Amino acid sequence: MRELAQALMPHLMVAPVLLPLLAACLLMLVSERRHRTKATLGLLATAANLVVAVLLVFWVKAEDEPSAFGIYLPSNWDVPYGIALVLDRLSALMLVMTALVALMALLFALARWHKAGAHFHPLFQIQIMGLNGAFLTGDLFNLFVFFEVMLAASYGLLLHGSGPARVKAGLHYIAINLAASSLFLVGAALIYGISGTLNMADLAARLPEVADTDRALLHAGCAILGVAFLAKAALWPLNFWLVPAYASASAPSAAVFALLTKVGVYVLLRLSTLLFSDGAGESAGFGGAWLLWGGVATLAMGAIGMVSAQRPARLAGFAVIVSSGTLMAVFGLARPEVTAGALYYLPVSTFAVAAFFLLTELMDRSRQSEGMREQAPEDEEDHLPFSMAELELAQGTNLDEDEVPLVGRAIPAATALLGLAFIACTLLLAGLPPFSGFIAKFAMLSAMLDAPAVAPVSWLIMAAIITSGLLALLALSRTGIRFFWAPVDRPAPVLRVVEYLPIALLIGLCVLFTVSAEAVMRYTSATAAALYQPRLYIDAVMGARPLPTPTNADRLGVPVPGGVR
Amino acid sequence: MEIVLAVAIGVLTTCGVWLMLRPRTYQVIMGLALLGYGVNLFIFSMGRLSVDSEPIMVAGFPPTFEFYDDPMPQALVLTAIVIGFAMTALFLVVMLAQRGFSGNDHVDGQEDAE
Repeated sequence: MRELAQALMPHLMVAPVLLPLLAACLLMLVSERRHRTKATLGLLATAANLVVAVLLVFWVKAEDEPSAFGIYLPSNWDVPYGIALVLDRLSALMLVMTALVALMALLFALARWHKAGAHFHPLFQIQIMGLNGAFLTGDLFNLFVFFEVMLAASYGLLLHGSGPARVKAGLHYIAINLAASSLFLVGAALIYGISGTLNMADLAARLPEVADTDRALLHAGCAILGVAFLAKAALWPLNFWLVPAYASASAPSAAVFALLTKVGVYVLLRLSTLLFSDGAGESAGFGGAWLLWGGVATLAMGAIGMVSAQRPARLAGFAVIVSSGTLMAVFGLARPEVTAGALYYLPVSTFAVAAFFLLTELMDRSRQSEGMREQAPEDEEDHLPFSMAELELAQGTNLDEDEVPLVGRAIPAATALLGLAFIACTLLLAGLPPFSGFIAKFAMLSAMLDAPAVAPVSWLIMAAIITSGLLALLALSRTGIRFFWAPVDRPAPVLRVVEYLPIALLIGLCVLFTVSAEAVMRYTSATAAALYQPRLYIDAVMGARPLPTPTNADRLGVPVPGGVR
Repeated sequence: MEIVLAVAIGVLTTCGVWLMLRPRTYQVIMGLALLGYGVNLFIFSMGRLSVDSEPIMVAGFPPTFEFYDDPMPQALVLTAIVIGFAMTALFLVVMLAQRGFSGNDHVDGQEDAE
């Protein structure tokens, strides 16, 4: 593996962007009616994407340095001027997480969703490309472009399957994201206007030298840019669009959308550690308090929302908010050992939420008639609280004289399997042992306690994390009782292997994370250590040299390749 | 020139934000378009305003910003215009679909209760 990755670098780095793009182009050419061909192509491309991502992790890990950086200059220009792709441990981790969730979502979609509307497969590949690009790029404006690619694909995926609820949620989602994109552009333009660069490493290097008169303006630019990412990462109060949009999307799209908030979180972590580290002079620690308090508020609101939610899909939407709230609050502390725990929490919570989104579809389907299945359910506002109506027994229910309903009847295997998956998701989302959700929270909490004097704010975050876990457990067990225990006369749901498999695999991944927690924690600790030494990143990027060609040999001061010009 | 441009950006952004907060989908899309124009002009202005200066180097002038215009924001603004245009078109399609489903042009698909 390691040798293979070594042999394919540095060009392997650009594969996560090019491969889905080419696959999408190819898929566009295949007729819409040839489902089998499209499915095979899409699956192959997504699997290849996973292989590339895993190879990249092996390459990053192979270097003994605390951080190994892969720099790729797509246009072969000198560093601060052209776009640079940068691969480090954090990007590699995000790439693997994206590839895994995407593969599982696609597997799930192959059962039925990919036929529900036009162009599912090309949109899906473009979505992967946008995500991968956002994780790899080292340039602010290029980040904007990948953000837009990702968002454009997500608009299409959100509307996939159509229906009034999806169109309504889509309209709000698009409007909010267009407004956020405008903020992104204003922020990036302000930063360029003051620092004269868009390359993240170059910007970080120049930040301490910015004139004092300009610093306030630069901070304003960073803050405006930050608001765009915070809206994407679902910081309260910028997250009201999230739950209706994610809850109305088709299950495979929603599973992929669980990754989109993580892009916002990733960029916040990347830029806050790179730009506002201790070495950044007067800018050190800028925005950290906002991230921390905003994260705590998001966590609290998400947990309360979970308790208030009645449909499982909305529950999953609030679980996304809880997950990013936890991450933002912890990243706001800016302590490497805590961040290491959070980086373990990040993939685990994403897998759990994605599995839960897929599971909600199966749960919802088991109680709906055939015709309603492909439509997004309407909002729940006009329903009775907790669907009381459902709990009442039908007239014909077989109760014996003691009114003990159906004691001893075997639970159908399909329901039992769904229930098991649900229990696993509950344990993961609430952070209970024995699964990796517990280890993730434990890693964060113990790192916070592991200080000579625990700051009051750490206590607050710990209380918030534990309380949110409790509320999540409460909400999820209530839903579980309603879905699996309360109904009496419900026919057993039809469970297809291809739909259950991705859920089982995602939970299996979390089990794998539990078993090999030590190895993963070693990786995330090294990642966090490197993140808080931005000098490494800056030096690696600024030290990259373009390949000598006849046109740039003079400038680089090297002999012209290939002899006489 | 600075004042004219600053006022233009300010007016466009103000109108854009106000329209975006209105309840009709048509007003929202107009607001997003105006906001987009404001942002594009803002990006453009971040390259500093100058009249009659070259964006590409010509022989005989030293390569400093005294003699040249910054070509970078112009490239950025071009990208931003293309992306903004495409997204507005997409928004228009969704807006029409919403109107088809709900029969009115309220952003929530139903009129406010009077």
